[in-house]
Amino acid sequence: MSEVAEKEPLFSKKNKQLISDPLNENNPVTIQVLGICSALAVTVQLKNAFVMSLSVMAVLIAGNLLVSLLRNLIPGRIRIIVQLVVVASLVIIVDQVLKAFVYDVSKQLSVFVGLIITNCIIMGRLEAFALGNKPWPSILDGVGNGLGYGLVLVIVAFFKELFGSGKLMGIEIFGSMADGTGLYQFGYENNGLMLLPPSSLVIVGIYIWIQKTRSPQLIEH
Amino acid sequence: MDLVSLFIRSAFVENMIFAFFFGMCSYLAVSKTVKTAVGLGAAVIFVLTVTVPVNWLLDTYVLQEGALSWLGSEYADVDLSFLSFIMFIAVIASIVQLVEMIVEKFSPALYGALGIFLPLIAVNCAILGGALFMQQKQFFSIGESFTYGFGSGIGWFIAVVAIAAIREKIRYSHIPPPVRGVGMAFILTGLMGLAFLGFLGF
Repeated sequence: MSEVAEKEPLFSKKNKQLISDPLNENNPVTIQVLGICSALAVTVQLKNAFVMSLSVMAVLIAGNLLVSLLRNLIPGRIRIIVQLVVVASLVIIVDQVLKAFVYDVSKQLSVFVGLIITNCIIMGRLEAFALGNKPWPSILDGVGNGLGYGLVLVIVAFFKELFGSGKLMGIEIFGSMADGTGLYQFGYENNGLMLLPPSSLVIVGIYIWIQKTRSPQLIEH
Repeated sequence: MDLVSLFIRSAFVENMIFAFFFGMCSYLAVSKTVKTAVGLGAAVIFVLTVTVPVNWLLDTYVLQEGALSWLGSEYADVDLSFLSFIMFIAVIASIVQLVEMIVEKFSPALYGALGIFLPLIAVNCAILGGALFMQQKQFFSIGESFTYGFGSGIGWFIAVVAIAAIREKIRYSHIPPPVRGVGMAFILTGLMGLAFLGFLGF
C-alpha cells in the first residue's frame, strides 16, 4: 500500500467519546434498553453488583477485542454462532475464576453468570461495533459500555441495599437493627419491598425519568 | 413433584419476567403492539418447550458428573459440567435457526412481523435461563423438564401479551414526556410484578 493512513493518537477526541457516550446519552441499559435481566436481578447487594459489572466488562472488552481481530475472517452468514462461541468461552473462564476466588458471590449470582452469554449488551456491541472497527476502538467501546452498564447496576444496588437492608457493602449504615441503635431507636424500619424484584424496575424507571428530564433530546415521541 | 403444580409454579410463581427478569430486552422491544407480542410469545413457548427437554437429555447423559457411565465404567467419573454453557447455547442457537426456517417457509406473514426478533430468541435470556434453572433444579424425568419448559413459556407469553395490551391503551394518556415509552414500561412492569408477588404468598 502506497498511502499511509494518518495515525490517530491513542486518546483522540473520537476515542474519548467512545468511553463517555455510553455513560449518559447512549447508556446501554437506560437508553438502548439492553441487558436488563442481569441488571435488575443481581442488585440486591452492592458487592454482587460490583462483581457482576466487572465480569460483564471483562467479557465485553475481551469479546470486542477477539471479534474485532477476527472480523475479516468470520463469514457473514454464521457470524452469530461464531460470536456466541467466543462469548460462551469467555463466560466459562469468568465463571471458573469467580468460583475459584469469590465462591460466596458466585453462589449468590447463581445462573446469572451463565446468562452473561445472552446479555444483549455483549451481542449488541459485537454485532454493531466490533464487527466493523479496529481492535483499539473496540476495546474502548467495551470499556465505555461496561462502565455505562456498571453505573446503572451500582446506582440501583445502592438504593436497594441502603433502604432494603440498611447496609452498604455489608456495613450497617443506619445502626444495628438487632441492638436497636442508630436510626432504629427512633422507630425506623427497613423497607422489605426494596429487596424484592419489582422495586429495581421502579428504580430504573425513575432513573430514566431523571436522566431524560436533564437531557430532553432523549425523550421518545 | 406433581406435574400440575410444577406447571403452575413455573408459569406464575416463578414467572420468567416478573420474578427473574429473563428476556426483558425482547420483552420491552416487542411489547408496543399486541400482535407482535403474541407472535414472539408463541415463538418463545415453542423454543422453550423444545430446548429444555433436549438440554435435559444432554445434561443427564453427557455433562453431569458420572453421566457418561453408560459408555463404560472407565468414563464413570468424568465431569463435563463446566462445558454446559457452551453446549446449551449451541443447542439453543441451532434449534432457533430451525424454527426460523420453518416459520419463513410456512408463515411468511408472521416471519415479516417478527423480523429481527426471531434470530434474537437465541440470545433471549429466558431460553438459556430456562436451561440453566432446569440444570439447577435437577429434574428426575424428561416429563418434568418438558412441563417446566412449557410452563415457563406460557408465563413469558402471559407477561408479554399483558404488558403489550397495557402499553397500547396507555398511549393516549397524559404521561410526563421524559418517562414516556421505555421509562413507563419499566414502572408498569414493576407494578405488575408486585401483583404477581401475590402468587408467592406475600
